[in-house]
Amino acid sequence: MSARLRVEKAGMLTTVQDLGRPGYEHMGVPPSGAMDPGALRMANGLVGNAPGLAALEFTLLGGALQVLEADCTIAFAGSALLHASATAASPARSLSPWQSHRVPAGATLTIGPLQRGVRGYLAVGGGIAVAPVLGSASTLTRARLGGLEGRALARGDVLATGDGRRRSPRRWLASRDTGWFYRDAPIGVILGPQQDHFAPAEIGRFLGATYRLAPQSDRMGLRLDGPAIAHARGADIITDPIAAGSIQIPGAGQPLIAMNDRQTTGGYPKIATVISADLPRLAQMRPGQPLRFEALDPAQAVQRWRDYTEWVHAREDELRADPNFPIFPLLFP
Amino acid sequence: MTTDAPISCGHAAPRIVAAGDRTLLVEFPDRIDAETNARVLALSHALRGSLRKVRGLQSVVPAYRSLAVGFDPLLIGHDAVCELIGRSLQASAFAPAPAPRRWEVPVCYGGAHGIDLQALADQHGLDPARVIARHTAPVYRVYMVGFLPGFAYLGGLDPALHTPRRAMPRAHTPAGSINIGGQQTAIASVPGPSGWHLIGRTPWRSFDLRHADPFLFEAGDEIVFTPIDEDEFERLAALQDDPARRPQPLPGVGP
Repeated sequence: MSARLRVEKAGMLTTVQDLGRPGYEHMGVPPSGAMDPGALRMANGLVGNAPGLAALEFTLLGGALQVLEADCTIAFAGSALLHASATAASPARSLSPWQSHRVPAGATLTIGPLQRGVRGYLAVGGGIAVAPVLGSASTLTRARLGGLEGRALARGDVLATGDGRRRSPRRWLASRDTGWFYRDAPIGVILGPQQDHFAPAEIGRFLGATYRLAPQSDRMGLRLDGPAIAHARGADIITDPIAAGSIQIPGAGQPLIAMNDRQTTGGYPKIATVISADLPRLAQMRPGQPLRFEALDPAQAVQRWRDYTEWVHAREDELRADPNFPIFPLLFP
Repeated sequence: MTTDAPISCGHAAPRIVAAGDRTLLVEFPDRIDAETNARVLALSHALRGSLRKVRGLQSVVPAYRSLAVGFDPLLIGHDAVCELIGRSLQASAFAPAPAPRRWEVPVCYGGAHGIDLQALADQHGLDPARVIARHTAPVYRVYMVGFLPGFAYLGGLDPALHTPRRAMPRAHTPAGSINIGGQQTAIASVPGPSGWHLIGRTPWRSFDLRHADPFLFEAGDEIVFTPIDEDEFERLAALQDDPARRPQPLPGVGP
């Protein structure tokens, strides 16, 4: 029997996410998926899952879940304090993120507020079990599809989990090198595809400015507060495709960065596109956090993507490496 | 990065530009018309044929006058994708266009299903019946599917019905809305926010997850609207509860 999880505290925005549903953008379906896919992969690696199994994406505030019916293995990838208590009345025991824990049926697991970054991932042995939509468990709340009824989790929801290994080895990230997620460096962009809609001085203003992430940012897009960018010839283009990281400049001139739940097409000129390697870092930026941009050429961007991918894979390899980790006991034997 | 495509095909060569490190954007002439869109869709068709054959090629997303090609830059380089686009442009220029499917879409105009019909008619100094007549006259073409799952953007709207978008978008509009925004008209597939004018609603479900292929319309399809009254709307909406009653294109047209 697999464990089930009952939501006790839903938090700010907690959704089921996997690595997304690519391949349907020509039909208007955004790819969705974990905003920080590297962190999702590590959470899954920690509990012995395949990298792309569905997990819970928590936003800023964390939440709480009760484990029902069977024990389960969990791990949290993100900068938060975790607590588990055997019953509502019993004292809580603190658990570290970035390592796996075996939690018994009946225990309540509390995920504290994110101390760095915005998003953290709770993986469960066997994965969160929901019916896939177009090949993915990811939730797209705007179109009410995927995840649990296409919506964010609410108190009282009960989630099924897949078949995890009954006794899985304890795993942790020994290097604790999670710096990539929160690194403070300019966000790399490639100018275009519509940089010719902006005078050179406006592109200079964009690259020289310090912006702050606006609180209205969400999984669809990140809004920036800072210097407005003027259009050379109007704020409308004929609707065209929007890529991950597209930086649109709408009429008011404040940049808008397209993220995982973006609309697939749009009608504002795009001054630049965030490089793939910096999208996860962007997804972890907190409201009010300052950010600057740095123009790169495609070859530099691809090299950074290679570096990032190798960094994620190295951590996944580390988790798979040692088969001699002890089988570890339940938290509350 | 700008690369001149090597093939002209008797037209001005489309421009190929980078949209980040894993997308190339192919741009045809900057206008909304059937001929330009047909070139986009022909290229899309040719490139989609390569999706499973070319390692690293991930997505082909056509729009009105442009097309995005997504790839994994660790598996295939910009230059190789550019070459593939060039070859596909050449192939698509000589491939006969497939006959489009044609759909006769029932629409209940005005009333509770088209709350902006009267205001839009007033704005143009037209009687609502004239708006309906002008909206049902053309054979539209699905220029693209975008924005949200299954949302069909149509080309061919009567210029007399071109209407600037609403100053204040609505937070919630129903699935099946037939709406007008600027020079465009569209069939909404899912509920969602919209700044367009709602002139009617179809009982058809153009995004229906009960089917393995949930999308009813695709770019290149032809659409004709047929006015229905509220009783017929209710009757057809009830029929849609049965997945076996899925709408079909008109027989004898299309593949």
